[in-house]
Amino acid sequence: MMELFEMMLTTSLWAAVIRIATPLIFATLGELICERAGVLNLGIEGIMTIGAMAGWIWVYQGGDLWGGIIFAAIVGMIFGFLHSILVVYLGLSQHVSGIGITLLASSISYYAYTLLIPFSTTPPKIVPFSAFEVPILSSIPILGQALFHQSALTYLSYVLVIVTFFVLYKMPIGLTIRMAGENPVANEAQGINVLLIRTGAVMVGSAMMAIGGAFLTMSAFDAFYFGMINGRGWICIALVIFASWRPGKAFLGAILFALFEALQVRAQLIGADVIPYQIFSMMPYFLSILAMMLVARKAAYPKALLVPFRQGDRI
Amino acid sequence: MKKLQFSKICKSFGSVVANDNISLSLGEGEILSLLGENGAGKTTLMNILFGHYVSDKGFIEVEGKKLTPGSTRASLDAGIGMVHQHFTLADNLTVLENIILGTEPLTRLWSQKKQAYKKLQELSKRFGLIIDPDAKIADLTVGEKQRVEIIKALYRDASILILDEPTAVLTPQESEQLFRVLKEMVKAGLSIMFISHKLHEILEISDRIVVLRHGKLVGEVTTKNASKESLAEMMVGRKVTRPAYEKLKKGKAVVELENVSLNASEGSASLSNVNLAIHEKEIIGLAGVAGNGQTALASILQGLASPSSGELKLFGEVLGKYDPCYLTESGVARIPEDRTKEGVIGEMELWENFLGEELRTKAKSRFFIDKKQAVSSAEKLIQEYDIRCEGPFASTRLLSGGNIQKLILARSLSNNPRFIIANKPARGLDEGAISFVQQQIVNAKTKGAGVLLISEDLDEIFELSDRIAVIFDGKIQGPFDSNKVSINEVGLMMSGEMKTDSVYEN
Repeated sequence: MMELFEMMLTTSLWAAVIRIATPLIFATLGELICERAGVLNLGIEGIMTIGAMAGWIWVYQGGDLWGGIIFAAIVGMIFGFLHSILVVYLGLSQHVSGIGITLLASSISYYAYTLLIPFSTTPPKIVPFSAFEVPILSSIPILGQALFHQSALTYLSYVLVIVTFFVLYKMPIGLTIRMAGENPVANEAQGINVLLIRTGAVMVGSAMMAIGGAFLTMSAFDAFYFGMINGRGWICIALVIFASWRPGKAFLGAILFALFEALQVRAQLIGADVIPYQIFSMMPYFLSILAMMLVARKAAYPKALLVPFRQGDRI
Repeated sequence: MKKLQFSKICKSFGSVVANDNISLSLGEGEILSLLGENGAGKTTLMNILFGHYVSDKGFIEVEGKKLTPGSTRASLDAGIGMVHQHFTLADNLTVLENIILGTEPLTRLWSQKKQAYKKLQELSKRFGLIIDPDAKIADLTVGEKQRVEIIKALYRDASILILDEPTAVLTPQESEQLFRVLKEMVKAGLSIMFISHKLHEILEISDRIVVLRHGKLVGEVTTKNASKESLAEMMVGRKVTRPAYEKLKKGKAVVELENVSLNASEGSASLSNVNLAIHEKEIIGLAGVAGNGQTALASILQGLASPSSGELKLFGEVLGKYDPCYLTESGVARIPEDRTKEGVIGEMELWENFLGEELRTKAKSRFFIDKKQAVSSAEKLIQEYDIRCEGPFASTRLLSGGNIQKLILARSLSNNPRFIIANKPARGLDEGAISFVQQQIVNAKTKGAGVLLISEDLDEIFELSDRIAVIFDGKIQGPFDSNKVSINEVGLMMSGEMKTDSVYEN
């Protein structure tokens, strides 16, 4: 127990937490924007995969890192657009379409990878984003190095939390996005095109998911391999609920899950001879479910989430 | 110059003509009532005005300028505001957020909430529409939500206000208040179009009345030359007779509720300590604004829920088993609130819907349906109750609301039930169908049944009931003899502003 407590005070633990949390922050914010507009995006897992793939391939082919991020975002948007056509314009089941998008995007990623590097056993590495220290802030004890000695993408994720908050709550367009998820008819009655708003939200959200995926290949593992998203997308779906659809809470939720994850890796090292390691691997998910039960029971769902809106459906 | 002018508007949906060559105008500072039954074309006309539909022929002018068809934005910009019958508000957002939605350019970086706040409060004060801008819509009463809808239109500087059945959800007192606000607005130069089918309100509020029937404009009168009777006749196209009230000597109690409570489940009101007895040969009207426990009471009486405390005696015996099927078998008939959701299964054919409720009682064997017998009895009922359809094999969803209600009546009343729970039986029906439904309920009473009539329409309650009870916040006041209580008193009890000692008699 003592060991665990001491561990909580180490910079290395918190640095790991932030590294694990970064992709989750991107993707959770992305999902949050989609759901605020009334669209569940279960394509998240696949969009993260193809984002990881797209970013990596760009750099592997000689492009620069930021170009890779933009490419990943564009590819994410394309899949978001596809999801929008199916669920926003055609009003199909959001669950079915989302799972379809996940399968399609993952398969395309793996197929492209196999075409590109048919015989490799060890995935080729790229030169990733390098960490840089933010002056002054990085000298805060323990947390300074953890929070502010990271790659530029991590800083971008911090910024996005704030930007998402301001857009949703302070800007007129944010109000229309939230209204699209609460009562699209109200938007329609004010002459605002609900379909366009929803499509835009899903595309922007998907771009953020894809950047989350790209972080894994371009900042964490430096390479693309099969199954690398490993359920992170699904975790983000849960985090959005945990966060009650609020960007600030989404950030905290991602950090909390990452903390569980980082702790379990370390706990495995300490206690592996006593307890099977699978128990530890299970802990983050178990604790997430527990946290959801405690926090999210009273969550106020966006009222029009999952409800297709058809123009001309009269009130 | 006319404020608003419809010129020769035509609109059809397939072979149905919804608007047939309609021309009408609205003057400045005028309240014009648009009267008509369901399906007369009122809503279609308003949807054309508001840009939801594009008319096939004809055009609309606002202050002499042609209105771009099919654009909600153009209509809003021309100064047209609409208060929809079903509110277009978001429960999880605040009043202010709901009001400023769409009033700012989407490219603006910062919502100017402070100015909005100020403007909102000025409007509130000017027209006496008091509202807390920071309250969440979900916490408001129905009347307050409507106030938000009206402010929403005023906030956009609307000069023409359209109200679609605004009083359908209000208590009589709230309606009075609304009328005061409307008169205030007319004084300030606004023009108002008021859509309704409640004749006495139309006579009270409007300067001029336009009547639509089957998509055609059939009459236009100034209000001082109009009477309830003449308007009803114009609206329906023939004289309407409502069933005559007749007091009968009441018999034994069929249903007795003793201290019945039901704790609220999510999203519904609860019941607390309800005492009520309904006897043979009487109709008890239960008045109340929707959402005050009517649904809970109805579900207990249909056997869909069992009370959390208290006792229900059915035909003199304590009911032990809350099971819809058992209740149906023992002589309880139900006319459910939402006829298309709870009353019939739209995708099934008529004969199947007739059979559905009596599957266990009428089926010949446990495993097989006697289709021949079911179809022939369906045919008989279709004729007896004059259900307009293509026959027993027609798909039920193709029937009009009135005919679906006839199906439900035929199904439940043909078994000579001893107790009928009628939950808003006339809701959304046109005059012809209403008088049919009401007549059937009165006939059932004459034959000896006890009826609980749940309704928001006080006219209906007062016309049909022997005694009237009022439900507010899960508690019941009364029942009172219907000739010993006034509409005004019932209205006050419906809004919880008047309490009397509950009169409980067996």
